[in-house]
Order: sequence, then structure tokens, then C-alpha cells
Amino acid sequence: MQVQTRVDIHSEWGIVAARQAGRKLAKEIGFGSVDQARITTAISELARNIYLYANQGEISIEEVASAGKRGMKVVASDRGPGIKDVRSVMEDGFTTSGGLGAGLPGVKRLMDDFDIDSEEEEGTTIISIKWLR
Amino acid sequence: MKQIESSLYQIYKEMLSNYLESKNEHTLYSAQQFSKEMIEQDMSPEDMISLHLSVFREIIQYVPDDVEDSFDVLLEVMVGYGLAHREHQSLRDRQRELESELNVAAQMQQSLLPSDPPSNENGVELGLISVPAGKMSGDYYHYMTDDHGRLGVAVADVIGKGVPAALCMSMIKYAIDSLPEQRLQPGPLLENVNRVVEQNIDNHMFITMVYGFYDPDVHQFHYAGAGHEPGFFYRAKTDTFEDLKTKGLVLGLSKKTSYNEYVAEVELNDMIVLLSDGVTECRYGNDFIERDQITALIRKYSHLTAQEIVENVYRDLERLQSFQLRDDFTLLILRRNM
Ligand SMILES: Nc1ncnc2c1ncn2[C@@H]1O[C@H](COP(=O)(O)OP(=O)(O)OP(=O)(O)O)[C@@H](O)[C@H]1O
Ligand SMILES: [Mg+2]
Repeated sequence: MQVQTRVDIHSEWGIVAARQAGRKLAKEIGFGSVDQARITTAISELARNIYLYANQGEISIEEVASAGKRGMKVVASDRGPGIKDVRSVMEDGFTTSGGLGAGLPGVKRLMDDFDIDSEEEEGTTIISIKWLR
Repeated sequence: MKQIESSLYQIYKEMLSNYLESKNEHTLYSAQQFSKEMIEQDMSPEDMISLHLSVFREIIQYVPDDVEDSFDVLLEVMVGYGLAHREHQSLRDRQRELESELNVAAQMQQSLLPSDPPSNENGVELGLISVPAGKMSGDYYHYMTDDHGRLGVAVADVIGKGVPAALCMSMIKYAIDSLPEQRLQPGPLLENVNRVVEQNIDNHMFITMVYGFYDPDVHQFHYAGAGHEPGFFYRAKTDTFEDLKTKGLVLGLSKKTSYNEYVAEVELNDMIVLLSDGVTECRYGNDFIERDQITALIRKYSHLTAQEIVENVYRDLERLQSFQLRDDFTLLILRRNM
């Protein structure tokens, strides 16, 4: 099937590259301009977190299909410090930016499926999918 | 959903073409009304932008590339606004939830306080008002008449406000309830309550309390205080107020403390006034209210019943500080009337 695209994140350039790759694939899959902007925003937030908190990691994107639906999967993974308390991080208003809607709760809202696997000292993997409607 | 979208599309298209033709205020007014409906339908700002662009495209047929491209930037920015908007909505829902939880808790707290109106028999009359600054109160009050007509009263004040203060308050209630043998021994009663408080709450919470009882047979008021705001003793004969001073440590500070017991001889129409510091810390502008302003208010209403006095004093003080209570307010007046 579709190949995975991986983008290394270790600088702000990586964030832009990940956005670009994400937008391109979203367009190919057939997402409208609003959903393209949503997916790229989600990628931005995930990539920025890698850059800020884990120093480096990667964003990988691919097309997925399930039960007749097509979608786009975005995986952010790093071997950074991990997230200590995932539950509180997912609470609205927790982010350091403080109630501006962005951050991980924002990513969850922008995408349809969202899952965090994070272990202290081990790293973080965040898998999210946006389905085409 | 698709149907709603297409009808919104039609409405918006009509509005936009109307406006482009006539530029009239009436259309703008419709747009403003329309926005309410959009918000109600949970239409995000970015969807709105995109709706605008597609309608615009259809109406004017040819949109210059620059204009079209500029929408990419606008859309990206609006996604951020959309997120903030949705977070705001979810926080608002959460707030409603908390609010209703708090309402239930406040009702439960209310049920901890004496619910029967004070009986005004046995030659003594009781007036009482207690108003929390928020939903829950850190003030506690208690009154109870025993089989011999002796009336025990208490006012306690947890330093702090809101839920933590309210939780402490419930402990005071259970402590007093569990000490029936000490109802006529204000000093030992406070010593026991102090022990409970000292064992059960952490060091940075403080509770002050005054406890006393009136004995109608000998017309005496026995009382003791634990660091509490001094009340007043009103002598009807001379029409003067004295401070009801007590010596005694705040509750919960030290394991072993003793509390002095005092006795006041109560003559006809004398009043005993107990209060929480929400009364003395009433503020108007930058000034605290003076204690003699409170006694002046009590005197002003002293021809009324004890209950009417406390209610009127509260009303005046409430107005004085523009109806914004900063702290829980409790005022209790006991008057010998036989
Ligand atoms: N990949 C990661 N590795 C380690 N910690 C992370 C990672 N991603 C997020 N975190 C932790 O989770 C917290 C919340 O992240 P989130 O992106 O929601 O908000 P933020 O980055 O603090 O603020 P902003 O709203 O600007 O994104 C971060 O402050 C950080 O401590
Ligand atoms: Mg972040």
C-alpha cells in the first residue's frame, strides 16, 4: 500500500518539513482545505513538542484505510524524557501556553483518533488519525 | 448534517450576494443574527472562513489568485482560534459541572447547621444570620437548648474560605456534637475541640471559636474563646457596649491548651453579640469598618427583635460594601427578655 513518509525533527526546519509533507499527503488523500489546515496544525504541535521537550524524534505520516474509510495517520515518536502525568497534560488549560486551545488537547480535537503511549525516561509515541468524510 | 450545511450555504450565499449588490445595513444585521445560529450549530471559525470562500467563489465566478491564496494564511490562523473556542466551550461545560457539584455540597453543608429556628422561650431571645461569601461557608454556628432551658451557642470561623474551610467546618460540628457532657463547661469543651482539630487538620489551617451558654435560672452567661474575634456585651441599663474579651489560643495550634472561662451577669434587655471576622472585616472602599460602627448599627435597631436586629445590621453592612461579601459573615445576638 501507501508508503510511510518519515521526517526527522531536530530543529524548527524539521517542523516545517513535517508540515509540508503532511499537507501534501492530506491533499492527495482528498482532504479539503480546512482539514488540511487542521492536520498541519496537529503536526506542528506534535513536532514542536518533540523539538522542545525531547530534542529530537520523528514524525511519520501515511495513508490508512479501515472499514471502507480512508484516512491519514500521523505518528510522533521520540526517545525523550516522556510525559509524567498524561492525564493532567490532556486536561484543558494545562499547557504552558495556558488556555489558548493548542497543545495536546488541541491535537486531540483536531484529529479523530488519538492515543498517547509515554514512559518516563523512555520516550513518547503519539498516534493520531484523521478520517476522510 | 449535510442538509444543514447546504441550507446554511444557501442562506449565506443569499446574504453575501445581497450585500455585494446593495451594501445595506439590513443585510449586515441578518449576518449578525446568522452568526448566533452558526455558533449554536458549533460551526468553527475555520469552517466559516471556508464557507465564505466557497460562496464568494460561486458568486463572483473569478477570484484572483492572490485573494484565493490569502485565504490559506487566514485559514491557518483561524484553526488556532477555532481550538481556543472549543477549549473555551469545554471549560465552560466543566465549570457548569463544578458549579452544580458545589451546589449539592452547599446544600449538604446547610444540613449540618441547626435547622429549627431558635426557640425564644426561657426568657432569652436569639437572633442569627450567617451568609457565606461564596457558595460554601467557613463559618460555623451552633445553638441548642437543653432540658433545663439553658441555651448553648457557638460561633467558629475557619481562616480561609470556600471548600477547604467548609470541610473543616463540618469537623467542628461533629466535635461539638460528640461532647454533650461539656455543653455547660465552655473551657473544657474548647480544650476537647482543640484536640480534635489539632489531630485532624494540617498546620496551616486555623480555626477560631467562641462557645458559651446562658443559664436563665441565674441569669448568667458563661463563655470561653479560642482566638476568636471578640464579641460585645450590651448593658441595657447604661446603654453601653463592652468587648467580650477572651484569652485562649486559636484551635489546632498546640496539643495541650487550656481555655479560661468567663461569666457575665446578664440583666434584663442586656445583649450578648457573637460574630465572625467577616463582620468586622467588612470593607467600604479601602477602609475597614470600625467596631463602634457595628455597635452603632446594633443600637440603631435595638428596639426590634434580636432576629430583626441581625438582619438589619447585615443589610446595612452589605449595602455599605456594595453587595460584595469578602468573607463569610455570621452575627449572633442573644438577649435576655424576662
Ligand atoms: N514529546 C514529549 N516529550 C516529553 N514531554 C512532553 C512531550 N510532549 C509534551 N510534553 C509535556 O506535556 C506538556 C503539555 O504539552 P502541550 O503540548 O499540551 O502543552 P505545552 O507544550 O506546554 O504548551 P503549548 O500550548 O504551547 O503546546 C508539556 O509542557 C511537556 O511537559
Ligand atoms: Mg506543546
